[in-house]
Amino acid sequence: MLPVLLLTFLLALMAPALVSWLGRRAFWVLAIGPAAATGYALANTSRVLAGDLPVSRTAWVPGLQLSIDLRLDLLAWFMLLVVGGVGALVLVYCSAYFARDALGTGRFAAIFTAFAGAMVGLVTSDDLLMLFVFWELTTVFSYLLIGHYADRKASRRAAMQAIVVTTAGGLAMLVGLIVLGVGTGTWRISEVVADPPTGTPAVVAAVCLLAGAATKSALIPFHFWLPAAMAAPTPVSAYLHAAAMVKAGVYLVARFAPSLSDLPVWRWLVVVLGGGTLLLGGYRALRQHDLKLVLAFGTVSQLGLIILLLGSGERALALAGLALLGAHAMFKAALFLVVGGIDVATGTRDLRKLSGLWRTMPFTTAAGLLATASMIGFPPFAGYVAKEAALEGLWHDVTHGGDALATATLLTVAAGSALTVAYGLRFAWGAFGTKRSVAPQVTVPTPVRRQPWLLVGPPLALALMGLVLALTPGVGERLLAPYADLYPKGDPGHLVLWGGFTPVLAVTVLVLLGGAAMFWGRARVERLQDALWSPRGADVVYRRTMRRLDDVAADVTAATQRGSLPVYLGIILVVLAVAPGAIIASGLAGGTTVPVEVVPWDEPAQLAVVLIIAASAVLAARARRRLKAVLLVGVAGYANAALFLLHGAPDLALTQVLCETVTLVVMVLVLRRMPPYFTDRPLAASRWLRLFLAVVTGLVMMGLTIAAPLARVATPISVDFPSEAVEFGGGKNIVNVTLVDIRAWDTVGEISVLLVAATGVASLVFLRQRNAEALRLSSGDDVPPDTFTRRVWLAAVSTVAPERRSVMFEVVTRVIFHVMILFALFLLFSGHNAPGGGFAAGLVAGIALTVRYLAGGRYELAEALPVHPGLLLGTGLFLSAGVGLASLVSGHDVLESFIVDLHVPVIGTVHLVTSLFFDIGVMLVVVGLVLDLLRALGAELDRQGDLSRRELEQAGEGAR
Amino acid sequence: MTVLDTTPSLALVIAVGVLCGTGVYLLLERPLTRVLLGFVLIGNGVNLMLVVAGGRAGAPPIVGNSPASERMSDPLAQAMVLTSIVITLALTAFVLAMAYRSWQMHGHDEVADDVEDRRVARHAALNAPAFEDADAAETGETLDEEAADVFDDVDDDEDETQGAR
Repeated sequence: MLPVLLLTFLLALMAPALVSWLGRRAFWVLAIGPAAATGYALANTSRVLAGDLPVSRTAWVPGLQLSIDLRLDLLAWFMLLVVGGVGALVLVYCSAYFARDALGTGRFAAIFTAFAGAMVGLVTSDDLLMLFVFWELTTVFSYLLIGHYADRKASRRAAMQAIVVTTAGGLAMLVGLIVLGVGTGTWRISEVVADPPTGTPAVVAAVCLLAGAATKSALIPFHFWLPAAMAAPTPVSAYLHAAAMVKAGVYLVARFAPSLSDLPVWRWLVVVLGGGTLLLGGYRALRQHDLKLVLAFGTVSQLGLIILLLGSGERALALAGLALLGAHAMFKAALFLVVGGIDVATGTRDLRKLSGLWRTMPFTTAAGLLATASMIGFPPFAGYVAKEAALEGLWHDVTHGGDALATATLLTVAAGSALTVAYGLRFAWGAFGTKRSVAPQVTVPTPVRRQPWLLVGPPLALALMGLVLALTPGVGERLLAPYADLYPKGDPGHLVLWGGFTPVLAVTVLVLLGGAAMFWGRARVERLQDALWSPRGADVVYRRTMRRLDDVAADVTAATQRGSLPVYLGIILVVLAVAPGAIIASGLAGGTTVPVEVVPWDEPAQLAVVLIIAASAVLAARARRRLKAVLLVGVAGYANAALFLLHGAPDLALTQVLCETVTLVVMVLVLRRMPPYFTDRPLAASRWLRLFLAVVTGLVMMGLTIAAPLARVATPISVDFPSEAVEFGGGKNIVNVTLVDIRAWDTVGEISVLLVAATGVASLVFLRQRNAEALRLSSGDDVPPDTFTRRVWLAAVSTVAPERRSVMFEVVTRVIFHVMILFALFLLFSGHNAPGGGFAAGLVAGIALTVRYLAGGRYELAEALPVHPGLLLGTGLFLSAGVGLASLVSGHDVLESFIVDLHVPVIGTVHLVTSLFFDIGVMLVVVGLVLDLLRALGAELDRQGDLSRRELEQAGEGAR
Repeated sequence: MTVLDTTPSLALVIAVGVLCGTGVYLLLERPLTRVLLGFVLIGNGVNLMLVVAGGRAGAPPIVGNSPASERMSDPLAQAMVLTSIVITLALTAFVLAMAYRSWQMHGHDEVADDVEDRRVARHAALNAPAFEDADAAETGETLDEEAADVFDDVDDDEDETQGAR
């Protein structure tokens, strides 16, 4: 089963390529998919009948109990025949239907085949959630197929309406499926059906499932999407909106009716929705002029009848329902294909414009008449056999102590069948008959083009099948009865061609005569319908609801999306202040589980540092000069590093100091290009509000800082870190081992963020050429000639304007650059056992580069490190992640480290841990980040500044 | 060995409060540079808070660096904060580049209100659609009436040889 499913989806994937290679003939290849499904079903017929059901179980997401469970029971077998058989025939039909040069054929073929695959999955799925997945897939594919002509408004609107309605129902169904799954404790459909829930869960599930079925199978009040969906290409109407997708709802009802039909709510809903739809569809079909719309409303009507029968919970009616399901798939698909053929031949589908086709299109007419006969239940066709069985079962109910509902059901079905006869005859007359209104002389029919066999064969085959199968009703009964017998109530029914002179025969005759009379007096019926109220309320309600929904959405957007960053941030902060703040306040007021206690300080020196922090932070908040604010924030940052040091965190202190330095440099680099003062803004009331919010947030954060450590009562997971670090990580600096080994995944994530941020900065600053070449001396346009040929230190310094150069700085740079690089390497290699590590090493190397850049100008940067920062970033990430993969490949956990003690002559024993390579990767990423920042926010800003200055000068000269 | 002594020190608590408070004040400003400085201050405050949440001050978490009797500070909180410091650096640079870009394009780095959001709000107040949507316009026809006017791009090849009627 799974291979068939995969084959169909694979064909769908290949469809665009096939169409561009084979043209329209690709549809023949694609037909293999659904045909294989039918073939598979036929090949397994004896197994299915013997009860030895083919089952395929594949775990998908075990954590969600989601598995691709497929199971071919009798119902699935039957649906597979319908879905696969009609699908293959319609695909063959497509190969002659669409124009050779039609646009979007490849996409159409792909979606159509994928839809067939989704349908195969839907009917064979034995998992509640997989059923939903396939169900929604059919919805999406149907949306795409209805909207195939996306440039036409009617198609787009119809597609949107269909997906909104069916998805809404699908979500309701999902609720029902989950209730079933949770209520029974299993997600396997066969087990749920065998042991259904009872009580309230059963009622909820029944209502939700029926809501899903009603939207999918176009029952009232959701029927309106189906006629509108006739905007889809006709093969789609034939397959999706007659044989396959709309049968998904029917399938759902048939699947769960054996276990849920005992519920009164189920029975009432089925009778009211099914009966109402049967009558409404038939009534409106009588009034249509477009042949496809006649069929569409007819489909609505027939779906109502099928649901009514299959949902009834009685064996005889269920058998009739299954037979009608098959018969309907054959005759309705055939009729749609016939209409497609007429459309191709004459260019119209309006029955007021067609005339005399029975003479010019005899084979098409034959197919159409055979299918119509089956539709109106004329003997000896499949539709007749099914309806006879239905009437027999209903009559049996009424005469054997049935209640008023049974009588009403019988009358509804009889009336609906009469309407079917009427619109069926109207269709046949409208499509093929000779009408004087169109052609005054009977001898001049509507002009037709030649008809390829491929447009005539498939509908003829389907129509003939409806006759052949009906002639052997015993076979159908033998095949379908086992499933109908799973229903809880009633006597088993029978499928027969001739049931003798019974009251049921009289009903059938009455139905046929009544329908014929309605057709005969069609002018009077039409006048009557015009005078009466026309029930088209549902789609008006739908559109009004959608408009209201749009309004509500706009109002919500207007209320929440104020478009102001301070407002958004303010809301977040208010939530932060209110939610934890209220809990802290209530804890203070009502008492806590752990005593609240604080010590004044851990070290007295902390107090002095905190004073510095407080002073600089407050001054920074008040500063109006950019540089002052930046420097004050820097002071607070350095002071923070001192606090880390006092707390016993030398690694943090080191990193903080280095980061603060880089931040400060970068900020100053950018700020020199921006105005020195912040924009003056008038004092506003909002400032007091901000101040208030700031104070409250500060207090809440203080409360959290007291509460968080006090709330820790469990043994911390880091309690074993020291021994683990030495034993497995091979290092004594626990923080560093944590970063590169114990929690190395975090670090991989972090350096990825660094990479993204560096790329973001570069793309914000380099406007035209994102991957600009590094500014080498050899390529600069404002470089004095011969500068780059001299191999001297700080070669680029000659490009810096004399007034900006500083001899002192240049000399210092020459002295400390190598020392800093050496120090960085020291930090890198010693980091495993002493403060340091990849981050610190990278930052020190970055600062060394910064010094070079500050002393030598923008060309010096590329002379110092002639590599693209992207290369460093990428190599670093690759190295870090690569170490992880290497240990995975060698059969260990990802990022597991190994300790190797090497004996190197002269140096002695080298204690090598593989996580060193991880740390090297980290260092490379950090160096790459700093280099990118310098290149973007330093060098490129220099260049842009010089350019604009030069432009200004040129403009000035031009003005003179 | 790490022993859990979590009594917070008031000095650090005050530092967290001041850093976060002043940070929030700056964060709610309009100029992007000040927003950024506010973010940096809050970042410092939160880093400090994480360190405090790790427990009281102690010896550096380096094995063998201090006598075994001395309490060690929590290495896990420190590792997390170290990551956070470096990420703050990257984020600072990014916002700075944004501020510069904003200055380059508009001559200032103020975060202006989103004009589009305002427009949507204005239209919503009038119950008017915020954008033109021809598909949503009423045509007076029902969708099934419209569907009758859609015809397929079908084969109208007159020279089809293998044909029947």
